Amino acid sequence: MQMGRMRAGAVAWLQAAPMALVLLVFLVAPIVMIAIVSFWRATEFSIIPAFEFDNYEFLFGSPVTYRVFLNTFKYALITWAFTFVIGFTVAYFLAFHVRTLTWQIALFLLCTIPFWTSNIIRMISWIPFLGRNGIANSALISWGVIDEPLDWLLFSDFAVILAFVHLYTLFMVVPIFNTMMRIDKSLIEAARDAGANGVQILWNVIVPLCKPGIMIGSIFVITLVMGDFITVRFMSGSQSANVGRLISNDIALLQYPSAAATAVVLLGTVLIVIAIMLRFVDIRKEL
Amino acid sequence: MTTTPISRRGVLKGGAAFAAGSTLGAPMIWAQNIKDVTLRQFGTGVSNLNEVAQKVKEDLGFTLEMTALDTDSVTQRAATQPNSFDIADIEYFICKKVWPAGNLQAMDTSKIKNYDKIVGIFRDGKLTPESTIAQGTAPHTVGFTSGPDGKDFVQEESGWMTLIPTIYNADTLGIRPDLIGRPIKNWSELLNPEFKGKASILDISSIGIMDMAMVVESMGEHTYADKGNMTKEEIDMTLGIFTEAKKNGQFRAFWKSFDESVNLMASGEVVIQSMWSPAITAVKSKGIPCVYQPLEEGYRSWGGGIGLSKALTGLERDAAYEYINWYLDGWVGGFLMRQGYYSAVPSTSKEHMSENEWGYWFEGKEATDVITSPFGDALAKAGETRDGGSFEERMGAVACWNSVMDENQYMVRKWNEFIAA
Repeated sequence: MQMGRMRAGAVAWLQAAPMALVLLVFLVAPIVMIAIVSFWRATEFSIIPAFEFDNYEFLFGSPVTYRVFLNTFKYALITWAFTFVIGFTVAYFLAFHVRTLTWQIALFLLCTIPFWTSNIIRMISWIPFLGRNGIANSALISWGVIDEPLDWLLFSDFAVILAFVHLYTLFMVVPIFNTMMRIDKSLIEAARDAGANGVQILWNVIVPLCKPGIMIGSIFVITLVMGDFITVRFMSGSQSANVGRLISNDIALLQYPSAAATAVVLLGTVLIVIAIMLRFVDIRKEL
Repeated sequence: MTTTPISRRGVLKGGAAFAAGSTLGAPMIWAQNIKDVTLRQFGTGVSNLNEVAQKVKEDLGFTLEMTALDTDSVTQRAATQPNSFDIADIEYFICKKVWPAGNLQAMDTSKIKNYDKIVGIFRDGKLTPESTIAQGTAPHTVGFTSGPDGKDFVQEESGWMTLIPTIYNADTLGIRPDLIGRPIKNWSELLNPEFKGKASILDISSIGIMDMAMVVESMGEHTYADKGNMTKEEIDMTLGIFTEAKKNGQFRAFWKSFDESVNLMASGEVVIQSMWSPAITAVKSKGIPCVYQPLEEGYRSWGGGIGLSKALTGLERDAAYEYINWYLDGWVGGFLMRQGYYSAVPSTSKEHMSENEWGYWFEGKEATDVITSPFGDALAKAGETRDGGSFEERMGAVACWNSVMDENQYMVRKWNEFIAA
């Protein structure tokens, strides 16, 4: 009996070992390495192993850091709000208004077509559209809506968020659509039989049942936006910064330890955000 | 051809290389096995052109692999990955940064055929015997080292060069004359509120800070002892002025790559900005008016050269010297000068340019016929002259060289804050 349990334990460990090893080598080890490097010292062209808090001191001592983190949260929150509203609406339409499975699949694929091109191309194609002499401005002027071209269309926070929403809405659509498809239709019929109107059904039946999907989509969008640097760089014309840009600037200037310190702080922040989000919904229980 | 120790890669490349190494390399055998040599060169886009690699294959027989990177990545690679390249095509201010790391080897000037014809800027620092040396990292100050294994810089022509100069130019602001409609004469115009939301500066700290210094001095805010080596207070003050301008919406965008600067200017998003010479050419070749505006305070200049990796030995090193001699022999010089750069040995480049081209690009004369770029775009019509005039007028009005400061690390951090502000 004792032996049997021990053998079962060993087998379980063995079965888990390959995955554990992969995670250890490709996930845990790099993160540990980044954490270690964040305490090193850097000169212009060399990195010196050390254990000092200079990088963190500089990071937390600079008011710019706080502004940049605030900016990162701002982008994440606004993008989340827009992608949620748009994503939920699209998923709702697909799941409850489109009746046949064929059409559902066809329309769903239609949503994914833009994703056959590269992220960067989809982002950069906004630039000539939004520019001072771009299509948007010339159209608005020719319709007589505005007299002067709108400068804030491009190289602004507006442009950054527009690109984010465009790039990441699908990450919201897919998981929400997925949970909606699994809602038992008889629940909705039951609600209607009990006298609930459309809004009540949406609020009391569909939204609660979609929670896991909403949460998975939210985690996707928030982590993607908080970790991004290239969209912010191009769409703001290098004029705004988020934490990702802070890190990429440091790397470009050979300041690896400083970049590592910023990365550690960002990782911590994102983990805290996700932990808070998971307090609201237990994804595992509801999947 | 003397016997040379064979390199590891030479051996790997096959028997021919081995034969050359073990016998007393007769020229004929050498000429054959040099075809097997591949040299890996990396540098900024300006001179890393496929046309050069093709011509090398034609003229010298060996293969040159080019990798073009941005200025920051070039520095990074030269400093941290010495085994990833054979030839580094870098700027002199980068050399100041990476030479002490010991990843490059000194070059024997006695093996450089046209050494005596290299312009004074790269030797004693003087364009003409009377000229004064500009501020910043002037190329000759980091151009020589004490010996074959030197890690220091010496101020006289020691016979051992850190980089062989290849290309240089004088930079200034680019403007859209059609959208500005009045003469621009000073660097301070970059921060003129008239151009609010229509100005740009480059987001490469080591170069951007110099452009800023030119602007600040032109505004009369401060006179630097050495723009190329600011004190911490000067760095704070300079970036302070620009941070304020940024917050007031002076800038439309910042650019990091050559293409971005071209797009900003061509689309009319920006009417005045830091710019590089070929970017002006690129805008003009789209039929859009663009001027590389000479300014009263002078130019910010830069110079690039070729350095050899420490790991380069034997046959490959001989090939590299061959390549350097070929580089200074005029074909590349002409190719670069027809894009608006200057060659380190103008006299040899002259033979690879038409009289009209030489007159327009070097002597500042009126073009007698259409001037076309090496890529076939028409850049100027007959009767036009080059912005800024002749070689002596332009290179003689250099106010400062691109540089690395003692307080570089502080500056970089402050620059990062400026971009994030």
